[in-house]
Amino acid sequence: MSERMVEIALTVNGEPVSERVDARKTLVDFLREDLSLTGSHVGCEHGVCGACTVRVDGLVVRGCLMLVAQCDGARVETIEGVSDAGEIADLQAAFTQRNALQCGFCTPGMLLTAQELLLRGGAPSREVIREHLSGNYCRCTGYHAIVDAVESVAKARAGDGQ
Amino acid sequence: MKPAPFAYAKARSLEETVALLGEHGDGAKLLAGGQSLIATLNMRLSAPSLLIDINGLRDLAGISQRDGMVQIGALTRHAEVERSEVAAKHAPLIAQAMPHIGHPAIRNRGTFGGSVAFADPAAELPACVLALGGELDITGAKGKRSVKADAFFKGLFETALGPQDVLTAIRVPAATAHSRFGFAELARRHGDYALVGLAASARADGKGLADVRLAYFGVDSTALRARKAEAALAAGSLDKAVEALDGDLDPPDDLQGSSKLKKHLAGVLLRRVAAQLSEARS
Repeated sequence: MSERMVEIALTVNGEPVSERVDARKTLVDFLREDLSLTGSHVGCEHGVCGACTVRVDGLVVRGCLMLVAQCDGARVETIEGVSDAGEIADLQAAFTQRNALQCGFCTPGMLLTAQELLLRGGAPSREVIREHLSGNYCRCTGYHAIVDAVESVAKARAGDGQ
Repeated sequence: MKPAPFAYAKARSLEETVALLGEHGDGAKLLAGGQSLIATLNMRLSAPSLLIDINGLRDLAGISQRDGMVQIGALTRHAEVERSEVAAKHAPLIAQAMPHIGHPAIRNRGTFGGSVAFADPAAELPACVLALGGELDITGAKGKRSVKADAFFKGLFETALGPQDVLTAIRVPAATAHSRFGFAELARRHGDYALVGLAASARADGKGLADVRLAYFGVDSTALRARKAEAALAAGSLDKAVEALDGDLDPPDDLQGSSKLKKHLAGVLLRRVAAQLSEARS
């Protein structure tokens, strides 16, 4: 019952996917190579940089520190699905307005990680925002603009009574 | 990099897990949260022939309080412990340490038992369990047994766990009105492994402290009690306790810092933690 190839069935951005996968394949490589969902990026491949951030069963995880074989039965969401659904349209607009991205490599991971914090509601302090984003490296912006963007969306959403 | 090839098995029971470990020997590794293991696979620092995924063994997850002990199932995710009211109320040292463990995405997957069993010398939880005088519940080929924290952490990534053993739960004494706790660490970036850290517990005894347990991390090959400093602190002298660290700790130079720097920081942390131990709990 232990095999190097594993049959899995999961949903990715709401669509059912059934595949036979290499047991050693990480979730982020599966998304990029097998499903051509290249919005999740591969940076350090050991859990430090956060570029590979995706959501599994509603929780933000490192796509490089989970095997796709572990995702049998899981609900996986990537930046493609979350942005197409309009869930983070306000956050994306705030990133653009505030110059919270330059090269864009970290941006999908930043957006998903920030959205996890924003979904808790309220208006988190800049310190809480920084702490929540501490596992996502950005080598361009110096982070201030990112924190500005997340803070403005938190305030706007709280103001809307959401 | 990508992992070397391995086979994958999804364990359906604890018994099956122990049997698979017996069948495959040293080539088999347990996959819990995977937040350290998969990184080492990606870096090819380890190349097991079989990964036994125990994430489906939900009986091993959850936090409860019973008979004066707080029990944390080995598969309980860090994020769950972080949000747990039982942990906040009855195991406040662990609750205090939680935000220091990795980053939010790591805490969503990483498990309490995984961190304790992996026994990284710079990790927070082994030191917390040691400071609390906890007990580790283990199931192996010969059945169940329990090991005290003082006998569990043996060396660099080395514990009392044998090749066919599964850590199932961690138990720590529930806090009482007289319990005192302290926790501090210094890391280059919040959430990174500590340069030096200290987890401590004590019992308030009149104006002083008794049963002082100081567990350092990041200073040796495993979490380590500073017993001379414990005795000095229980005797009422913080200055002597800081001096005594010189005999307790011999941190190696590493990429993070020199031995001298780490010794200095250990003293700084002891002063911070001693202040926490002296405060009454609200």
